Order: sequence, then C-alpha cells, then structure tokens
Amino acid sequence: MPETKKPSLSSLRLATRQSLVWLGLITAMIFGLVVGSAPSLAVEPTVAPQSGGTTVSMIFVREDRDRLPPLSLLDFRPPNDGYDGAKLAVDDNNTTGRFLNQKFTLGTIVGVKGDDLIQHVVEEAKAGVSFFIVDATTETLLKLSDALKDLPAVIFNVGASDQRLREEDCRKNIKHTAASYAMLTDALAQYLAWKQWRKLVLVTGPQPEDKLYADSLRRSMKRFGLKILAEKEFVYESGSRRTDGGYEQVQKQIPTFTQTLPEYDVLLVADEAHQFGDYLPFRTWIPRPVAGTHGLVPMTWHPASELWGATQFQNRFQRLAGRTMSEIDYAAWMAVRSIGEAATRANSADSKTLIDYMLSQKFELAAFKGQKLTYRPWNAQIREPIFVATPKIHVSVSPQPGFLHKVTVLDTMGIDKPETKCKAFQ
Amino acid sequence: MKAVSRSLVATLLATASVTIAALPAHAYRAFVSNEKDNTISVIDTEKAKVIETIKVGQRPRGVILAKNDTWLLVCTSDDNRIEVYDANTYKLIKNLPSGPDPELFDLHPSGNPLYIANEDDNIVTVVDIDAGKILAEVPVGVEPEGMAVSPDGKVVVNTSETTNMAHFIDTKTHKTTANILVDNRPRVAQFTSDGKHLWVSAEIGGTVSIIDTETKEVIHKIGFEIPGVNSDAIQPVGVRITKDGSKAFVALGPANRIAVVDAKTFKVEKYILVGQRVWNLAFTPDEKKILTTNGVSNDVTIIDVAKERAYKSVPVGRYPWGIVITEK
Repeated sequence: MPETKKPSLSSLRLATRQSLVWLGLITAMIFGLVVGSAPSLAVEPTVAPQSGGTTVSMIFVREDRDRLPPLSLLDFRPPNDGYDGAKLAVDDNNTTGRFLNQKFTLGTIVGVKGDDLIQHVVEEAKAGVSFFIVDATTETLLKLSDALKDLPAVIFNVGASDQRLREEDCRKNIKHTAASYAMLTDALAQYLAWKQWRKLVLVTGPQPEDKLYADSLRRSMKRFGLKILAEKEFVYESGSRRTDGGYEQVQKQIPTFTQTLPEYDVLLVADEAHQFGDYLPFRTWIPRPVAGTHGLVPMTWHPASELWGATQFQNRFQRLAGRTMSEIDYAAWMAVRSIGEAATRANSADSKTLIDYMLSQKFELAAFKGQKLTYRPWNAQIREPIFVATPKIHVSVSPQPGFLHKVTVLDTMGIDKPETKCKAFQ
Repeated sequence: MKAVSRSLVATLLATASVTIAALPAHAYRAFVSNEKDNTISVIDTEKAKVIETIKVGQRPRGVILAKNDTWLLVCTSDDNRIEVYDANTYKLIKNLPSGPDPELFDLHPSGNPLYIANEDDNIVTVVDIDAGKILAEVPVGVEPEGMAVSPDGKVVVNTSETTNMAHFIDTKTHKTTANILVDNRPRVAQFTSDGKHLWVSAEIGGTVSIIDTETKEVIHKIGFEIPGVNSDAIQPVGVRITKDGSKAFVALGPANRIAVVDAKTFKVEKYILVGQRVWNLAFTPDEKKILTTNGVSNDVTIIDVAKERAYKSVPVGRYPWGIVITEK
C-alpha cells in the first residue's frame, strides 16, 4: 500500500526528477540510443548540513542528448558515464573528510535537457548547492552559466571540449576538467612532430563536432610545423552500421576513397560522432597509420594506464562501477576531487572560499598524472598531461620532450595566455 | 673459549652452505624487490654484485627483516599476502595474511606485530607474525602507503596518498590519535632515531614535511630545486636519516637524484645523480653506504656516504622497488 503522507517539497522535486529520468530512458530506448541494461543511477537528494561538522553538497548533471549510434558496439556510452567518476571522488573525499569532520554529498539531475535542465539546476542553486558537475552541450552550458550568474555557484564542465567555451565564450563560473580540443590535438601534433611524421592528410565527417575537431587539428598541425597536404570529407548515411555483412563494401570503398590522396605519412581523421573513423585503419590505399579521433588518439584518461600509481585508482573505480573508467568519469573525478582538495586545504565548506582557493596559486591536485595539476588562471581550464594512445594501451604521453615553456610544459598544449581571447577572468 | 670457536665454525659452515662463504668485513647483503619480475635480488654490498635471485609472489614491493634478520618479509601486493623467507637459505617459510594489496610495512621494535598499509582498501592491518593472525584493522585515508613505527613503539604512522595525511595510530588501542595534513601524495614516513621528529615525503607536492611528534605540528617543509631539472620532475619518495640525526638522504624520483640534507638545519646541501626514477633507500648497517632502487633504469646505485658520491650501479630485475640490508 502506498503511503498517503503529504510529500515534502524536496521529495516532490525528487519525484519529478525520477520520473524525468525514466521518461528520458524510455525515450532513449524507443529511439534505440541506449543499449544494455537500464542504468542503476538513482536520483539522490542532496543532504542538508549536519550539526557538528560541515557539508559540501554537489550535484552531477547530465543532459540528455540525441546521439547517432556509434559504429562499434564498444563505443556506446555506459549509462552512468561520468556519474561513477564523481561518485568515486565523493567516496575519496569522504574518507578524507572523516578526519576533518567534513562531509560531501552528491545529488543528480539526469534525463533532462535544455531549459528543463537549467530550471532544475537553478532551483538547486537557489536552495544552496554551489557545485555542479555538468556533462552537457556547449549551448546548454552557456545558458546555464548565464542563469547561475548571480548565484554563488560554479559549473565544472566535464564533457564539452569545444574551444570557444575556453575562449571568446568563456565564463567566470565555468571550470573545465574536460580537455579542450586544442589541448588534445596539440598533444597529438607534438607526438607526430617527435616521430617526424610531417606529411599529413585529413578526412573529416559531416557532423558539427567533426568540423570543430578538424579545425583544431589544422591549428595544431600548423603550430607544430606539420603539413596537411590534402583534405577530404567523408559522407555517410547514418544508420547503415547495422548492415549485415557490410565489410566487403567497406573493404572496397575505403581504398578507393583514399586512393586520390597525395603521398603522406599519417592520415588524420575527425569523426567525433564515431560514425566511420574505425573504417579507416588497415583499409587505406597506401599502408599508413591513422590518427585523430580514431587509430592513434589523444585522450585525457586511458582505462589501462598504470602510470603514476594509477593501478589502485583503476581498481577502486572498477570495484565501484563494474567497468573501466572513461574520460568523462575521469573529468568528473577531477572536478569533485578539486572541490574536496580545496575543502581540505582551506578547511572550509564555504563555497566562495573554495572557489577562490581553486583559482589561487596554492591549489594543486594529484590526479595520477605524475605531477600536480592546476587550473589556468586565464580561463579556468585544468592543465594535464595527455595520453596518445590506441584502444588497448598508451603509446606515449604528451607534452613530448623538447617542447619547452617558461611557465609549465603543460601549457605547450592548448591556447596559451598570450593568445587567449578569454576576458572573463581579467 | 673452545665453545666459542666451535660455534664460530658452525656459523661459518652454515653460511658457506648458502653460497656466501668468507665475505670480507663489512660485506652486507641487500634484498631488493623487483616489482615487475616477481623476484628479490640479493646484492653483496662489498662486491656490488647480485649473488642470488629469489623467485617470489606477484608484484613484490615492501621488504623488511624480522627475527634478528633471519626472516625476510615481502609484500606481494597482487597475491594479497606477506611472504616470509629464510633470509639465509632463501626458502619460503610461510605466508602471512595481510589484507588486500599490501604495499609497505613496519615492524614493532619488540619484533612483533607487523603494521601493513593496504593500498587498495584504506586500512592499516596489524598482524602477529608468529601466530600468522590479523590482530586489528585500522581505517585510514585513501591509498595508505608509508608506514613507520616510533622508536619507543608507542605510535605507528601511516601516510595516505590521496587523502594527503600522516595518520598517527596508538599501538595499544589501534585508534588514530592525530591526522596531519601534508602536501600532495605522501609516500614515505621516517622517524628520527630519538623519535622527536617524523619526516614525511610528498611525491606530487615536491616537499618533505618535518613533524614535531610531541606537538603534532609541521615545523618545517623542505623544498628542492635543481638547476636544469623541471620542478614537476622533483618527486620526493624515500627518506633515510643517519642514527646520529645529522644527515638525511631523500630520493627524488624522476629527478634521478638523491638530496643530501642537513638534518639539523633542514638545509639541502647537495644532489647526487643516481639511476632513473629513484624511489627507496637503505643504509648499510655501518652507515658507510646508502643504496637506492632505480625503477626505470632497473638498477641499484651505491653511494659512499662520507664522500657523498655515487660510485657503482648494480643491474637488478625490472622495476626495483623496495630495499632492506642485513648485517648478517
């Protein structure tokens, strides 16, 4: 028998969110955008501060997005992508918090998009939550930033690599633990330069995010003295991935597609939507490696990294999530750990104190990258070494030896201070 | 007189039977764990040579001697246990329970129990090495690593790599009595022989904190600067302090150097170039030499303590990690 008790305001909000999650899920399933079992993600209410200690409340926010199904079954996103990374960091924060009488809580807003998402976040911010770990589109992030402008709240962008969020459209209340496209493609360019693979060709997909990635590749290759000799667009009809036995055609089409390209060292591919990139390796007209979004890929986290003490970190995540850690999980982990680190060092739960501390010179984060990570003061982008890797294991880690910088070699990747168009932090 | 010489002969014979007959004076044996090879290299410190390689369990890291140097204890992290070897015959005596993923440990000055950092489980496990039983589990911060028992045996300190604290644990009650925040990714804790100070290295923070064990306050932080070496590559791990409390040696990881520190003024006096990614250190019992494990160059550097100079490197297995040296 259901209880007839009158629900409180907070449980109402909870119920709404829960139904939204399911609505989102059902929609996603109808349109075939989600495979595998239903996510175990539960909507967790935020916990009010307890007496005798301090509580830092955070909310993980994920926007529902219409994504084309990826080419490979292995590229479907796990249902709790990002959330599990944040959860691990909250557990880590609470283990530390035990000794300082600090408590960390993680709520969720998922299964919504656009204005609905913004409304939910603003409600929570007005109720006193200051930290939002957000996996959303560039447009939603910007709208959300504007909506939170007058509240003591900060957004951690964990899923958008779009350069303009760090540049002309940067916002004072957005911090980025996701790497920018510029950082990723600079990391790849440095490795190609180190290998002296200087002659390149570029194949770009039709999606808007493919174009952004391609723009970033062009900039990076030029910056590190590499030459893109020719470019081609790859046109495809979405939905053809499930065609039974399609490999015979692909095996014939890709050589023809790449036959007209001039002699090159590496074929670059920009396919952020994961629609065709995996068709290229081993099928090109001349035998050459593929790099970019497929083949040799620059990435912020690799699920097989055991560098810099990461083994225990990977194990902890595997135990919690029952899967390996993605880049979005890692970005969410860094966001929540940044908040925890600030709370520990500043010995405070006050949001303004923590936000200021994270931007101060004193802030540093240990994140299994072999050196302390900090936020760039001019656009609040985290600096980090970047893996250059194939799916099974890393090939290298950039920055590469020989690329020097007067402040930190990590700033050889991404838009540097003298070039930035970001004015929000001045 | 006769009895003495007979036992001497017996000892010599026993020693001879285990391949290290008639070593010159001050020849010691160093045991080096090779993390990726699942072996322990035994080095004759005088000849500067590997004289034996012991096959052990998976991912050996921390090593320590017990029972008057007759037992060699090895943390075999991926086997989730402590393996006990005869330090003379190199035969396995027994396995001790350790809790999951044991990394480093220290022994109570009375010889028992053993305090183990369980890196994957946020606990310190207390084990009776005779009975082979777990006596207690103490919750600590995330990724417990360094372990050090105070010279008077009253306190055991554990460092937690992701929580960034030195946890002081009462050895009688097994409760934490103080949790002291240090810089990022604390690795090794080392008491001075008088027990007044605790030195804690912070790998990512790039510092060594000196904690007053009475007031539980950080009284000094040592920073390191090496011309021509990126500050991010300076990552302190191993710390060893001479018995008289005059000098300290700090291993600086990928900076490939050992810092020599005046342990009274905390001033860095010198940097000694050693092998690549140097992590752990051990003095010979006479403190005339200090040996370092160099994880990336797969060797051990031997340093002359008086001259403060590296004079020999000994190739060992892959990813040499921990080191302990016996007088015998």
